[in-house]
Amino acid sequence: MLETLQQLLWSGDLIYATLRLTTPLLFAALGGLMCERAGVLNIGLEGMMLGGALTAYVVALRMGNPWLGILAALFVGAITGLLFAVVVVTFRANQIVSAVGMNILMLGLTGVALRAAVGLSIGQSPAPTIPIWEIPGLAGLPLIGPVLFAHLPFVYLVFVLAGAMAFIFYRTTWGLAIRAVGENPRAAETVGIDVIRVRYATVVWSGIFAAVGGAILSIGYLNTFQEGLTAGRGFIAFSAIIFGRYTPLGTLLASLLFGFTDALQLRIQAFGVQIPYQFLVVLPYIVTLLALFVAGRSKGPAASGLPYAPGEE
Amino acid sequence: MKSGLSKRLEGLRSIGLGQALSWTLPIWAVLIAFLVGSVIIAGAGANPIQAYAALFRGAVGNGGLVATTLVKSIPLMLAGLSVVLAYRASVFNIGGEGQIYMGALFAVWGGTLLHLPAGVHLPIVLALGMVGGFLWSAIPGYLKAARGFNEVIVTIFMNYIAVAIVSYLVHGPMRESGWNYQSRAVDESARLPIILPGTSLHLGLVVALAAAVLAHILLFHTTLGYRLRMVGFNAEAARYAGVKVTLITVLAMALSGALAGLAGAVEIAGVQFRLLEGFSPGWGFDAIAVALVGQLHPAGVLLAALFFGALRTGANSMQTAVGLPMVVVQVIQGLTVLFMMIGAAVQHYGLWRPARREK
Repeated sequence: MLETLQQLLWSGDLIYATLRLTTPLLFAALGGLMCERAGVLNIGLEGMMLGGALTAYVVALRMGNPWLGILAALFVGAITGLLFAVVVVTFRANQIVSAVGMNILMLGLTGVALRAAVGLSIGQSPAPTIPIWEIPGLAGLPLIGPVLFAHLPFVYLVFVLAGAMAFIFYRTTWGLAIRAVGENPRAAETVGIDVIRVRYATVVWSGIFAAVGGAILSIGYLNTFQEGLTAGRGFIAFSAIIFGRYTPLGTLLASLLFGFTDALQLRIQAFGVQIPYQFLVVLPYIVTLLALFVAGRSKGPAASGLPYAPGEE
Repeated sequence: MKSGLSKRLEGLRSIGLGQALSWTLPIWAVLIAFLVGSVIIAGAGANPIQAYAALFRGAVGNGGLVATTLVKSIPLMLAGLSVVLAYRASVFNIGGEGQIYMGALFAVWGGTLLHLPAGVHLPIVLALGMVGGFLWSAIPGYLKAARGFNEVIVTIFMNYIAVAIVSYLVHGPMRESGWNYQSRAVDESARLPIILPGTSLHLGLVVALAAAVLAHILLFHTTLGYRLRMVGFNAEAARYAGVKVTLITVLAMALSGALAGLAGAVEIAGVQFRLLEGFSPGWGFDAIAVALVGQLHPAGVLLAALFFGALRTGANSMQTAVGLPMVVVQVIQGLTVLFMMIGAAVQHYGLWRPARREK
């Protein structure tokens, strides 16, 4: 028993899978973090991920090039972000319910588009995938080389981006503007910050980030797309932001925890431990709930979720 | 300067709480959703006019189809009412799907394990369904009210967990031996009788109508309903007035769950008779569109549920006639929700104009 547990936990495979599974989550979470710091709650991350996943798959399949798939996903992510921004920033519609509507819409749209693009053979044709990029010199290291330095390029990129985001948030005027808009938009406006523009920009970026996260799932890992492929990862990403207390580092650590849980449940399944798979599959959700419970109240930006009209007293 | 909480509630009102929205708004939202939907259908390579014609014929083309539409509307009516109860208290219950599963599970337990005389068995089975939904949704209600959780996220996760529990049970302990992944069927005495001979229309329709009347009475003619709406309108003011906001919030979520649970139980007792993996095609999510289009009003919910029930029924024919997948329904629903929200916000804040001044 103890030996099994040891085999289960002390393995490079588990760390490898953790990094792998954290990456799409963290992409979406970083995007969500950006717009949440600017005061826009984005529960639509799930739908945005789904849109990116489908776009990347269809374009990669049709064009025979995974990088074109990523490019197309970036574009579609920006469009979805823009549309969401129009609804919640310009029209000031309720952010939570609009995002729920957005998720339903994206579930439907991706289903229709998949059928239109690939026909009835849903998800059967494998798309060309992003190749693994072994970091020269480092990948050859014993033990840690294959675990840490033989991943998709996006795995390295997302950790760099998390660091970059911390830098942007706390060391640049742009980051200051984002945080000011999220905490007190009125005050931000009086010092000359264009609140609407900052919110638009961050929501569009969140769409792009989430779409990349989705694209990694479809043409990075699975080589295919099926309806509802993201299976709640966008919501887990949203929770990672709360659990990470609205900071880039916290969000990174929270995403790692959830990525680890996912890796662990897959590994337990592969080990053939006598636990029904249905309970293993929901392990990430349960851990997320427990994490939120343990974390207690996590205070978001003061103006989070509130619409803003410029030029008002 | 308003406090954060009451400002937040200001935002909640823009979903139609505490203000009279124009009754034409849902009609516009649906029409525009269909219009945008037609562009998407055309983009998918089908003729939108043919598609919508097939949709219409497939929903109400003959008596049998009308009965099917009614049958499909029943869970939407109950789940829609469920959403209304929660939203009226500013609680966003996205957990209808999980609560439907829990209600169905409890109903199947009652229908297979208890053996009671006809006339007693059925009401008990339906009540058990409500208990299942009540208990399941009391958890996120408590987490929101007492621990400050975002209920949207919690209810979504609990959907996955409920679906997994049911999936496990029908694969394992509750699986009927020798059959597919399904439970035993509930006793005859636990089933809802057919009310229109020759069709599938069952007594669940009457149950749903009665639930709408009761929900209306609860919301608008009882102290509890008044407090519930007060919390939804302005939690801080309600607290000042001596309302136990935490208790009301938990209760709103739990009662909402009870109605969703009833939707699951009615579907079991009226249509399915046994528990199957994935037996709900997403009613818990459809219910959100139903509630919003129904203007968060029980009578409106009944009409909206009929509309979305027709959409689901008609989508079957649309699939065979023009080859569009069923998920087109989701496209229309998602668009409807978005346009409802935009419409409500525009009515609340005005178009392109600054928001009303804060006092």
